[in-house]
Parts: sequence; C-alpha cells; structure tokens
Amino acid sequence: MLTYQFDWSIVTSGKYFEWLVSGCKVTLQISIVGIVLAFIVGLLIAVMRMSNFRPARWFALAYLEFFRNTPLLVQIFFWYFGSYKILPAAVNDWLNSTNFEFAAAVIALTIYTSAFIAEDIRSGVLSIPKEQMEAARSAGFSFLRSMQYIILPQAVRITVPPLVNQFLNLAKNSSLAMTIGVMELTYQARQVESYTFKGFEAFTAATVVYLALSSIITALVHLYDKRVLNPNRAV
Amino acid sequence: MGELFNFNVITDNFTYFMIGRFPNGPLGGLGLTIYLAVVSCILSFFCGLVLGLLSLVRNPFISYPVNLFINIVRGLPLLMVIFWMYFLLPALMGRTVPESQTVIMGLTLFTSAYMSQIVRAGIVGIPKGQTEAAISTGLKHWQVMLYIVLPQGLRNMIPSFVNQFVSLIKDTSLAFIVGVSELTQVATQVNNRTMAYPTEIFIFIAILYFFLCYAFTSLSRWLERRLAWRKAI
Repeated sequence: MLTYQFDWSIVTSGKYFEWLVSGCKVTLQISIVGIVLAFIVGLLIAVMRMSNFRPARWFALAYLEFFRNTPLLVQIFFWYFGSYKILPAAVNDWLNSTNFEFAAAVIALTIYTSAFIAEDIRSGVLSIPKEQMEAARSAGFSFLRSMQYIILPQAVRITVPPLVNQFLNLAKNSSLAMTIGVMELTYQARQVESYTFKGFEAFTAATVVYLALSSIITALVHLYDKRVLNPNRAV
Repeated sequence: MGELFNFNVITDNFTYFMIGRFPNGPLGGLGLTIYLAVVSCILSFFCGLVLGLLSLVRNPFISYPVNLFINIVRGLPLLMVIFWMYFLLPALMGRTVPESQTVIMGLTLFTSAYMSQIVRAGIVGIPKGQTEAAISTGLKHWQVMLYIVLPQGLRNMIPSFVNQFVSLIKDTSLAFIVGVSELTQVATQVNNRTMAYPTEIFIFIAILYFFLCYAFTSLSRWLERRLAWRKAI
C-alpha cells in the first residue's frame, strides 16, 4: 500500500480525462431528461391520487406504493431485460432502433423518481388551505381547472426545493445505469480503473464531480428558500 | 397468457431464490438480502447515533469535521461508496475482505450518514424547556442528553428509522455489483442460465421486494399514528 504511486495526470488530461468528461455528460443527460419526464409523470400521478374518481385514485396509489417499495436496480433490470414481453411490438422496434441501454435507464429512473415527486407534489398541495379549492370550485372552476389555475401554481412554488432534491437523487441514482452498460460517470471511473489500475485517482475524480453537483444544488435550494419562500424572515 | 409467460422458472428455482445454496453452501437469495439489511441497519443505527450526537456538539473542532463527513457521504451515490470500500478496505486492512463484508461496510457508512440526520432532527425537535428544566435540577450536560432528551427523541425517531430500514432493504440490491449472491444477483444468475424468462424472474423478485418493503412501510405508518396518539394524551 505504501508503495502506491499517485499519478493525478491521468485524470486531469488525455484519453482518460476525456472518458470521465463524456461520463459526466451522459450523467447530466440522463438526469435532465429523467427529471423533466419524472416531473410530468409525477404531476399526473399526484393529480390522479387526489382526484375524486376512484379508479384513478387506486391506480395512483398502487403505482406509488409499488414503485417506491421496489429497488431501483430491479426496476432497471426489468426494463432492460424483461420489458420486451409486455410492450407492444412497435414500441420494442422503436426502442431497439435507439440507444436501448439509455432508454431503459431513463424509463426506470423516470418511473422510480416520479413516484417520489408525486408525493412531494401532493404534500405541497395539501399545504395549500382547502378553502382555496372550495373558493375555486364555487367560482365555477372544474376540479381539473381549479388544480391547473389555483392550486398547482401555488403548490409547485412550495415544491421546488424537494423537486430540486429529487433531481439530485436522480443524478446520484443514475449511477446504477452502469449495470446495464450506460457509459455514465461511475461507469467511466470504473473503466479508467480497470485500464490503468489507478482506482484511487479515477474514483476521486468521480467523487469530486458528484460532490460539486450536490454542493451547487444544495446551495441553490438554500438560496431559493431564503430569497423566494421566506424573504422576510429575520435570520 | 399461458404461452407468453412461463412461471415454471420460478417454482423450479424457488429455494434458490429464497436461501441460495444454504444449508449445503453459503446463504444467498432473499435470506442474504435480509441478513445484509439487518446487520447494516444495526451497525448504522449506532454509527448514526454517534455521528448525530457529535454533529450537535458545541465544539466546532468536533462538529465541523463530522458535519463535513456526513455531507460528503450524503452527496455521493451509494454505488460510489461501495466502490470506495471495495478497494480502500483491503488497502487499509492489509488483507482481502470478503465481498459481503465490503457491502455491509459500504451500506453502514452510507446509511449512518442518513441515520445521523434523523437523530439530529429528533434531538432538535425536543423542546428547549426540557433541557433547561433538566439542567436546573442539577443534571450534567451528558446526563440531560442520556436521561431526558434521547429517550424522548429516540421514540419520535422510530418511524423514520423503520423508513430507513426499508431504504436499506432496497439498497442491498447494489451488493449485486460486487458479486454478493443476494436476491438480485441470484435473479440475474437464474436469468443468465435460463435465458428465456427475464420478465417472469424480474417481476417475481420485484414482488418479493415489494412485499418485504411494504410490510415495513406499513409498520412505520402504524407506529407514526400510534406514537402520535400517545403523545397527545
């Protein structure tokens, strides 16, 4: 152990540096595509969860409980290895014509994260006084329109910090995509390690990137909390 | 449906899914998943308790490094923590470390950072009057913590601990990556051997995980209601 020679140059320049950079790009790509899709699906599930239409409510509840209580890795494996039997042929053809590893990872991460986002949105909505909904309904808005114009715009504002945290979770969880061969940051760090035996340097580089991402996001949430949600608080 | 799905692959390998090659070989499958989760949970409870207490110490030379450590671990993906353990532990201990121990160490390190936040929130949530009253009766600072704050705080933390245990059960699936034959690893082995039934296999283990986790999620909700009700009277 004491004879280990550090060689930081391999992760700061050259071929291996480029591998790590391309890994960062893929991680960011998955995270950004994933969070946008997960937000849309999560919003949909949250509205279904709160609707008065029973089948929709039950479906949303089953969706939430199932996907939150199953490991993400198993979900990734399911979409990657096992989804072809339940998807229509046209969807399978389309998936196979694209980058399927990437697609499977995005689908799994989207569904997994959307279940958490739906609950975040729901608790945001529950924090809006119910008189708002009653007032909207008595003014003649339908349930969906009251949600759209009155409740959700207020709830989303409160939900921004948890949503941003979900983005961070998604970015961290995207590391699991390496198991199906998506060449994201952790995958590339592992590659650099197996080509050079410089595991310490490779994993330090990846660690620094993940920490930078989480510090930036945590700082932004803190700022939003202070400036937007509680602008008048004394401390 | 009978042609599309073939669940014989599950019934044929049922014991293998449940306990691996046990008792003729090492424990595997669902049994090992539960073992990993329980051992890591117990270890990370104590580590988390210590970290949480240290992060609240007034001396900045103690609390600052502890908080830094907690935030670093919380900023990393679990996979990264497991990889670090995977090749730091042998270097630090000067010998090879079995994969299951690597995973337990990784899960413990990762989860104790989250546990420490639960402990922290539980302690901060106890009204200040309690501490002041205890100090005015002549108790020392550590006695206040041990006899007054922690017993109340820990009770409020129980539901969160159970939730953390659910996360741990899900996280044990990452032991797959270093080749520990827990449930997910066993499933991929069976899948590689049989080739034709990935859908059945992964739906089956997803359902297994679901029942296990859902039981504890429900327990946590039940405890939350029950403890809240007791507090009210």
